[in-house]
Amino acid sequence: MKTMWFHLMSYPHLPADFRERYSSVWVDLPGELFDAKLAHAMYNDDLDELQLAAELGFDAICVNEHHSTAYGTMPAPGLMASALARATRDTAICILGNSLALYNPPIRVAEEVAMLDCISGGRVIAGFPVGTPMDACFAYSQNPSTLRDRWAEAYELITRAWREPEAFAFDGRYTQMRYVNPWPKPYQDPHPPIWIPGGASAETWSFCAEREHVYCHLSYYGYKAARDGMQGFWREVERAGRDRNPYRAGYLQFVGVAESREEAMKLYKEPAEYFYGNALHVDPRYGRPAGYMTEASMRAGLKSQVGAAAAKSRMNMAVDKKAREIEAIVDNGYVVVGSPDEVAEQLRTIATDLNVGHLLLLMNFGNMSRDLTEYNTRLFAEKVMPQLRDLFSEWDDPWWPTGAGPAAAEARSA
Amino acid sequence: MSELSETTVEVNGHACRVWRKGSGPRLGFVAGFGGQPRWSPFLDALAQTREVVVPSLPGFPGGEGHHSLHTHLDWVLATRDLLVAAGLEGCDMAASSVGAGLVAEVAALWPRSIRRLALVAPFGLFVSTTEQVDPWAQTSNAYAALMCEQPERYAELNERPEDADPVEWALAQIRAVETSARIYFPLGDTGLKQRLPRIEAPTLLLWGERDRVLSLGYAEHVARHIDTAKELRVIEGAGHLCELDQPQAAADAVLQWVRQGG
Repeated sequence: MKTMWFHLMSYPHLPADFRERYSSVWVDLPGELFDAKLAHAMYNDDLDELQLAAELGFDAICVNEHHSTAYGTMPAPGLMASALARATRDTAICILGNSLALYNPPIRVAEEVAMLDCISGGRVIAGFPVGTPMDACFAYSQNPSTLRDRWAEAYELITRAWREPEAFAFDGRYTQMRYVNPWPKPYQDPHPPIWIPGGASAETWSFCAEREHVYCHLSYYGYKAARDGMQGFWREVERAGRDRNPYRAGYLQFVGVAESREEAMKLYKEPAEYFYGNALHVDPRYGRPAGYMTEASMRAGLKSQVGAAAAKSRMNMAVDKKAREIEAIVDNGYVVVGSPDEVAEQLRTIATDLNVGHLLLLMNFGNMSRDLTEYNTRLFAEKVMPQLRDLFSEWDDPWWPTGAGPAAAEARSA
Repeated sequence: MSELSETTVEVNGHACRVWRKGSGPRLGFVAGFGGQPRWSPFLDALAQTREVVVPSLPGFPGGEGHHSLHTHLDWVLATRDLLVAAGLEGCDMAASSVGAGLVAEVAALWPRSIRRLALVAPFGLFVSTTEQVDPWAQTSNAYAALMCEQPERYAELNERPEDADPVEWALAQIRAVETSARIYFPLGDTGLKQRLPRIEAPTLLLWGERDRVLSLGYAEHVARHIDTAKELRVIEGAGHLCELDQPQAAADAVLQWVRQGG
């Protein structure tokens, strides 16, 4: 199994009474809460932590894109990936990802990812999310009614630009270009592996299954909440006539390791409560603009709500998504905490149950200090990672960047 | 007064419902935010002396095909096609809110296609000096109080009839909000301001005194850009959809205005 160290870069300096005083962590939180001098230290710490994870043997380090929010302070993931490409040698760099509909023209993504792939020597994973409603529809004012259509067109443009050897004209609905001819081309042939993060959209499951892209379930509510989503994906994989290779899937899990569960509960209480109390404090009016979800997904959701209680969505019913105190956060499975052996056992169970070969780990969450992040990361690398390595060893991973890993790095040096 | 009748017309290859009721000179009405999920007291008041024709725009309750309309030109042409297909060419027209923003475009681009015009708080402009609420950053249960001074009026209009499928009824309401976003997101500005001076039909602007979506300051801005005969009339005790809050007062104002045309 692959272990991937994921950084959200949540802003760690929100006031203690943030939740009471402000209506939303996203879209319209006041700029006066942002302290650029503290952010100087934050960004450099964040990069150091990612670099440390690479040094400690995580298979990949991961960055992502969010806008106008203290939940994640990385509006330009390519900038961070660029710094990391220079600071690391053989670790995969996962950009999860660029929200394609937010780039005009979207060919910018083809160019940036190709640059990063060349700089890193073919170590890049290209993630293509639609983007949250808060990011895409409000912070970036993309029309919710056309967002997915725009995303799909950008996907076609970018992937074609990576494949075509010559300049071509692209006559899309949202992008028209007489000359599509990105320089450079990606290091990987024909392009980096494409991973698509999603929630529970049936369209995304079938898109990934049919096009042979990795589907990533990015859940902040643990594996119980993810189960329906992953089962839906695997059904689509079967329907598309593909095998059940666990490397078709990725899954994000918050993790806090310590010498014992008791100590872990103490250590990770504050950062977990900070994250679930503040970083997810989103004004519901930004949460689901009409048109953001497809009508098919809405119809499925409404049918499950209108039907008998037993038919209600297990995703919404089985998991309480409002826990903000450490005991409930852990009981609900949002964060896996414990001794190295306990964490390893839980993660093996989760990965096996969900059938996911790519485990994305959030080991700095909320306002976790640099010291605690390093402790968490080191302990995981030393005592948990070795217990996970053999899982799914019977499968190949054709969705992994060809330039990642020590052998590929050696080959480049030679 | 004749009974309510329903037909469909085709716009851009998709079916759009047309309701008719009443007798007398023909008067069209295109609904506002949320569309026209059911017949209303305002329409009944108009139908006392007029043949009232209510076509549904694509994407609003009764109208299909919003996903095949991509540009603002597509929307303006679809509105024009709908009015012609509904038999409203050359007639008096009233329209509200998101519908009024499109009917104003038709009046500007085909000036002789509308005889006299009544617009209730039309979308289409963004006036940075006035307060304009973001109508798409709302939870679904916030719309009643946002759109009406008397929220129960909006709730009544949108209440599901017993024989309607609950899922499809709910979807139609979400689709109507999506459609308004499709046309006007994010600011409501379609560039209508530049075309308002082309309107030749005498134009009544009707405004709810307590419109929380588009303020009276916005109304004055719209009025300033209309060059033809015009009047801004404020309806007391009403919000954005003043025809729901004060159906009789709004209908009286519209009927009085169109009667002036003889």
